[in-house]
Amino acid sequence: MGSVIERIKRANFWTFHGGIHPPEQKFLTTDKPIRAVSIPEQLILPLQQHIGIAADLRVKIGDKVLKGQALTQSMHPMAVPIHAPTSGTITAIKDAVIAHPSGLSELCLFITPDGEDTWQERHICTDVSKLSHNEIIDKISSAGISGMGGAGFPTQVKISTRDKIQFLIINAAECEPYISADDLLIREHSPSILDGINILDRILSPEHILIGIENNKPEAIKVLQQATANNEKIQVCVLPTKYPTGGEKQLIQILTGQEVPSGVFPSSLGIVMQNIATCFAIADAVINDIPLIKRVVTVSGQALQKPQNVWSLLGTPVGFLLEQCGYPNKDKKHIIMGGPMMGYSLPSDQVPVVKTTNCILAPSEQEISSPYSTGTKEVECIRCGQCSDVCPSQLLPQELQWSAKAKDHQQLDKLNLFDCIECGACAYVCPSQIPLVHYYRVAKSEIRQQKQLDIKAEHAKVRFEARKERLARDKIAREEKHKAAAQARKARMNSGTSEAKTEKSAVAAALARVKAKKAQQTQGSDSVAAQTVAPPADNEQKSQVSAAIARAKAKKLAAQKNVATYKSEPENKLDDVKPTADDKKAKIAAAVAKAKARKLTEKNNDNAVDSDLAVDDNITNEAAVLASQAEAVVPANDKKAKIAAAVAKAKARKLAEKNNDNAVDSDLAVDDNITNEAAVLASQAEAVVPANDKKAKIAAAVAKAKARKLAQQQDKLAATPSEEKTNKHVKSEST
Amino acid sequence: MTTLLAILVLGCMALVFGAILGFASVKFHVEGDPLAEQVDAILPQTQCGQCGYPGCKPYAEAVANGEAINKCAPGGEDTIKKIADLMGVEPPPLDENHDTDNSPKVAFIIEEDCIGCTKCIQACPVDAILGTTKQMHTIIADECTGCDLCIDPCPVDCIIMIPIAKTPQNWQWDLNNIPVVQLD
Repeated sequence: MGSVIERIKRANFWTFHGGIHPPEQKFLTTDKPIRAVSIPEQLILPLQQHIGIAADLRVKIGDKVLKGQALTQSMHPMAVPIHAPTSGTITAIKDAVIAHPSGLSELCLFITPDGEDTWQERHICTDVSKLSHNEIIDKISSAGISGMGGAGFPTQVKISTRDKIQFLIINAAECEPYISADDLLIREHSPSILDGINILDRILSPEHILIGIENNKPEAIKVLQQATANNEKIQVCVLPTKYPTGGEKQLIQILTGQEVPSGVFPSSLGIVMQNIATCFAIADAVINDIPLIKRVVTVSGQALQKPQNVWSLLGTPVGFLLEQCGYPNKDKKHIIMGGPMMGYSLPSDQVPVVKTTNCILAPSEQEISSPYSTGTKEVECIRCGQCSDVCPSQLLPQELQWSAKAKDHQQLDKLNLFDCIECGACAYVCPSQIPLVHYYRVAKSEIRQQKQLDIKAEHAKVRFEARKERLARDKIAREEKHKAAAQARKARMNSGTSEAKTEKSAVAAALARVKAKKAQQTQGSDSVAAQTVAPPADNEQKSQVSAAIARAKAKKLAAQKNVATYKSEPENKLDDVKPTADDKKAKIAAAVAKAKARKLTEKNNDNAVDSDLAVDDNITNEAAVLASQAEAVVPANDKKAKIAAAVAKAKARKLAEKNNDNAVDSDLAVDDNITNEAAVLASQAEAVVPANDKKAKIAAAVAKAKARKLAQQQDKLAATPSEEKTNKHVKSEST
Repeated sequence: MTTLLAILVLGCMALVFGAILGFASVKFHVEGDPLAEQVDAILPQTQCGQCGYPGCKPYAEAVANGEAINKCAPGGEDTIKKIADLMGVEPPPLDENHDTDNSPKVAFIIEEDCIGCTKCIQACPVDAILGTTKQMHTIIADECTGCDLCIDPCPVDCIIMIPIAKTPQNWQWDLNNIPVVQLD
């Protein structure tokens, strides 16, 4: 370790790979002091001016604020508060264009200054050594200080590190062309800067403090060397000018020879780096109780008449500063925020100066042409490899460019795209004028977006799975609850209390009712018959209706009985049916059916080939007739039932005809007979049952279908003689 | 004699190595990532069911079993391309039954119209809707996947899909479309 310090003392520094030497152009502003500009008519303060999250608003529209008053506050370590740069009134809190390459709007506070610039009450600390570490960090945090070099990382996070710090590096390299804000700040305010460095020294207690400064700022170097002459701990390291020396990783490599690994904070190597402007802000905050409300901004470029460094209040519109520095180009403006290498063109001159704004560039068309006016001059990559020669991160810019164009994110990851510091050296040297850094920025934001989406997708998946699990769990729980409830009910009923008894008796009564109904339905024959014998001869309509119902029921019963008697005495059946059919309609239907049956019999007789077959057919027809009669008798009142009966009849006839035609010998005919009987039975059953009930009808239809199927099956079986015989036997029994 | 010896020796060696290899294949067996898992990792997990399957995982399993890979509407062309790469097939265009508009959206309940019927809560695959019977419901925007499964069950049509606003945080550099603002 001694060797590192020895090398530094001998000014024998390391170097980093690549780098470029663009024209410095710092002479435009280095010869003039920092100018204090007047307060603009309106200040626009974006709530978020740093890396992290915005703090919570503490003011509302119409509030009078004093200079230095905190406008936002938060306990979050990555949230940095903002303060009123001058006294005035909050006139609006709305979205406005912010200093971002996208030109998108974010929430901003609009302050109209009252011109009096009244400070809030300040507590100036005369002796910093009396403050504890935590008090100092609190002061820095509440002063809203974030890194002022460009990235804007919250300072209190950086200095709250618990790692053992070996080197505190103060970055005064200011390597980007045109910018001279730090140079001027050192020249004019070196005592304050030194105070800031001493405060950092107290908090971090590093072994060595190194101030890195490029050798193109001789006056600043001289001032610093004088200021630190009696402090052994602080080394002013004068570095050769090369872009991008001011990059964090590059400066660490130059000064200590250590390369910061990818994805690691320098603090884990025992190194903390702070910008020199941040040191000044720390001193102001801790000693003078001045929060971060102004900063030095280099307003430069050949388009300006009076390019100069200015003390700008945060929130000052860029247009106002340009006006102060003599910007003649009214109609066609090209303004860059940041330096020419890493800055971006602004979409509007109403964009405010924020904590990270170190430079506003208004170049002439010859200096840097506007991307809007000329368009791209990009041509194909000629694979010269100059870009990889100059890359300070030792990446392969042309390979990165191809992968970025192809959106090959895996390959970009392999090529370590995220180690690119977007310094722009590759694009600067590219003979094909390929805007390489732009491609990397696009790819980086795409990859970041994809990562966000992946995280969200994973989250959604977890929630979806959790929900599925919960639903399954709920279902089981519900079932168990129902089971438990049923068991509890049972237990309660059997417990023997009076309540249980009443409940039990109620259930028992209900059950009894159901049973009684069922019994009535199934063995209604006897009871209905009894009812028909004694119909009440009341004058009331109701009793008449009930009598009619009873009659219908009796009819039904008769039909049922017919079915029962049919097997034993088919010939008597007609007689049985006739007396019950006292209805006129039913009589007519019966007559029609009879006529039909006769006709059918005659027809069958004609077709009959031998005597056996004729006999069989006869029986078949009789069965059909009986069926039709039964049907005709029963549904006297019901139109639908009649239709159903008619359909059944037609089917029975068809079946009979078919059987006759197909009948070749007597055996087969016998089978058919049986089939027909089955069909008849089915149709009778149907005819009896469905008088009132639609459902029963459907069931009957199903039964019919089954009967038909059975008939078909038997037809098939008839082909084998053994079965024919059995069938014959059955037939003889049935007849 | 020599020939026999050679055969014997080589045969023994073959047996020994065979045994070693067999043992190794059992001992150091690596559970391969099944195809369905890999496809599931690519899918956007909106659980929207636009593919005709109840969730992303069932669709991933179906894809592994030969279902068309172009049915994921929220994933769009990117997802199809990734699955095609994984399966080693040509990426087909998105199924024409789906909208090509797969810009990210988030559901929003017009709260004065909500009657508190809880139907949307039951429909939400990721439990992103908060509310209870006869109480106003609201969407937890951060949890919403924008699947729009809550739109149809709503009896009063008080749910709308809002495109997610562009902010500097989720903004994508677009070189051909830098918002050119006329400077005043």
